[in-house]
Amino acid sequence: MSTQHTKAAKRFLHNADKAKWHDATFWSVRAKRDTMAMSLEEWEELRETASRIKKHTITHMDKYLEMFANNAEKNGTIVHWAKDADEFNDIVLKILRDHNVRKMVKSKSMLTEECEMNPYLEKHGIEVVETDLGERILQLMESKPSHIVMPAIHITQEEVGQLFEEKLDSEKDNYDPTYLTYCARMSLRNEFIESQAGMTGANFGIAETGEVVVCTNEGNADMSVAIPKLHIAAIGLEKVIPDYQSLSIFQRLLARSATGQPTTTYTSHFGKARPGAEMHIILVDNGRSSIIADSEHWETLKCMRCGACMNTCPVYRRSGGYSYTYFIPGPIGINLGMLRDKYKYTDNVSACSLCCSCDNVCPVKVNLSEQIYLWRQNLDSLGKADPMKKTMSRGMKTLFGHPALYNMALKFAPIANHAPRPALYNSLNAWGKGREMPKFAKESFQTMWKKGKIK
Amino acid sequence: MKIGLFIPCYVDAIYPEVGVATYKLLKHLGLDVTYPLNQTCCGQPMANAGFESMAETIATKLDDTFAEFDYVVAPSASCAAFVKINYPHLLKGKHECTTSKKIMDVIEFLHDVLKVKALPGKFPYTVSIHNSCHGVRELGLSSPSERNIPKYSKIKNLLSLVDGITIKEPERPDECCGFGGMFSVEEPEVSVQMGTDKLERHIATGAQYITGPDSSCMMHMQGIAKRLGKKIEFIHAVQILSAGL
Repeated sequence: MSTQHTKAAKRFLHNADKAKWHDATFWSVRAKRDTMAMSLEEWEELRETASRIKKHTITHMDKYLEMFANNAEKNGTIVHWAKDADEFNDIVLKILRDHNVRKMVKSKSMLTEECEMNPYLEKHGIEVVETDLGERILQLMESKPSHIVMPAIHITQEEVGQLFEEKLDSEKDNYDPTYLTYCARMSLRNEFIESQAGMTGANFGIAETGEVVVCTNEGNADMSVAIPKLHIAAIGLEKVIPDYQSLSIFQRLLARSATGQPTTTYTSHFGKARPGAEMHIILVDNGRSSIIADSEHWETLKCMRCGACMNTCPVYRRSGGYSYTYFIPGPIGINLGMLRDKYKYTDNVSACSLCCSCDNVCPVKVNLSEQIYLWRQNLDSLGKADPMKKTMSRGMKTLFGHPALYNMALKFAPIANHAPRPALYNSLNAWGKGREMPKFAKESFQTMWKKGKIK
Repeated sequence: MKIGLFIPCYVDAIYPEVGVATYKLLKHLGLDVTYPLNQTCCGQPMANAGFESMAETIATKLDDTFAEFDYVVAPSASCAAFVKINYPHLLKGKHECTTSKKIMDVIEFLHDVLKVKALPGKFPYTVSIHNSCHGVRELGLSSPSERNIPKYSKIKNLLSLVDGITIKEPERPDECCGFGGMFSVEEPEVSVQMGTDKLERHIATGAQYITGPDSSCMMHMQGIAKRLGKKIEFIHAVQILSAGL
C-alpha cells in the first residue's frame, strides 16, 4: 500500500536534517503570512470578496475574456488564443521566428512549465533564459521547481556556489549569498542585452484595460520587457479579472499570502508596447474552460498561485516538492494534477491527512481538502484504488454493518494484546513502522453497558 | 431533552473509559442520557480512504439508531464532524438524514448547549491541549490559527473550570499530528514524522498530560511515544472534566 508520493516522501525523510530544515523553512513562511493576515482587520472580508470576484469572473468568463482581448487590441497589443499546450508552443515559436529571435529571456511562469515550452523552443533552436534567480539556478542545474513561488528554496547556498563556479565562473568556495546574487545579476545583464524577445507570465489580466499585471521581487519581468523589442505575455484564461477595483483586492492578498510581504517589490502593469516595440498576449485554455463545467472541481480556477497552501501543508513540508508526480506540488497541485490527467496523477491523492489547514489559508477560499476527498472517492471507478485500502474498507463495511459480528470481534480483540511481537510488528503492519499498537480494552463500552456496569 | 450517546467504534473498543466519563458527566449534569445499542462506527475511515459508498449502510443505520433523540453527543470531534458535515452529502437522495443536525462533540455540547460554568473535580496537573484538526477547522472548537478572527477556545474555557489544572498549548497549536485515518498507514513515514514533531512540541510545554477531544489523534501519538520511550500521559478532555465523578 504505497503510492509514488509515499515512496518519494520516505526517501525525502531519510535525510532527517534536510527534512527538518525544509519543514522549518516553510513553516517560517507560513508564520510570516500569519503576521500579515493578522495585521489587517479586514483580512477575512478580503478573502471572501476575492473568492466572490473569482466566482463571478469564472461564471462570466466569455464576457471578460472578450472585454480583455478587445481592450488589449485597442492598446495595439496582438492577442492570440491557444486551446492547448501544443497550440501555445506553436504560437510562441511562430512569433519568435517571424522576428528572427535566437534568444529569449523570460520571467517566471507556471503556465510555460505546464505547457513544457522551454524544451519545445530549445528543440527548435531558440535559447530560453530564465531570469528569476531561483528559476535560473534550476535551469543551470537542469532541474525543476519544487515550489511555485520559491522554486529553488530546497537548494543550499553551497550547492548554488558550486554550480556558479562551474557555469558562471564565480570565485571558488565563495558561497556568500550577496556575492552569488551579484554573479547571477552580472550574467543575466548580458542575457537581457543579447535577447531579441522577452516573455512574462501574468498574475492578472485586467479586462477593463487590456493590460497584464506581473508581480516580482527581482524586477526581472521589467528587464525582460524593457530591453528586447518584443514582449510576449503568456496568460491562463482564469487569470483575467474585471477591473482595477478587483485588482486592489487581489493585490493586497497575493504577496501577503505567498511570502508574507505586504506587497511584492515590483507590481508592473504592461499595457502597451513602447514605440518601435511589439507586445503579444497569448490567452491559454489548456483544459481550463472544461473545468468551469465541473461542479465538483471548478473552484480550482479561483487559484492565483500564491503557494500558501503548500507552505501550510504539513505533508508538503515533510515530503518536499519533488515527492509529487505533478509539477505543481501541495494541495493545489494534487487537484490541478487530477484535473490535468486523472489517470496519470493519482499518486498524489494520498498526500493529505485532511487537516483542512489549506482551506483556511487560501486567499480565494478554494475548498482544497474537500476536493481531495472527492478525488479519493473517484479512484475506485478509475481503477486506481489501492487494493489493500479497498479490502480494509470492505472488511470494515461488513464488521460495522453487522452489530452482532462487531460485538463478537470486540470480545475477542483483547487476545491480540498478547500476540507475540513478530506476529504484530512486521512488514505488513504499516502502523507498527514507527508506532506501538494500541491495546484493546478488556471490556468494550458496549459490553460494560449491557452488563449494567456503567452508572 | 433526550440525549443519545454515540460511542464511536475505536472509543468503544480501546478507550471505553472515555465513554464512561462522558456518560457520568452528562448524568451528573442532570440529563436524560442513554446509550442505544447496536451502534458501531460512523463510516469515516472508509470514506476518507475513498470508499464513501461503503459507508452508506452504516450511515443510514446510525441515523435510524438516533432518530428519537434531541441531541446526539459523541466524545470524538472527528466522528461528530464526519456525521455533521459528510452525512447530508453521503445520504443525499437515499435517506433523509436528521442526525447531522443534532450531533455534537461532547466539548461543544457542554460549552454551547449546557453552558457549563462549574465542575466538581480536581486535576492538579499540567496539560498540553491537542487541538485536533476536525475539532478546530470543522466544528470550531477553537479559532483556527490561520484565520484572523477573535481568538477563543472552548476546550480551554471548560478545562479552566477544573480545580488545580495548568493549561498549556504547544508551539504551532493546531498543526496536524498526522493521524488522518488510513493516511496513517498509507503514508506511514510522513504520518509518523508529523506525529513525532507534534509529540515533541507537546512535551516541550512541560506538561504531564496531552489532552484533547479526539482519542484517535492521541492513539497515534501514544503509539509513537511508547515506541520512543517518551514519558508523557494521554487523557481525553472529558475525562478531566469528569474528574472526581
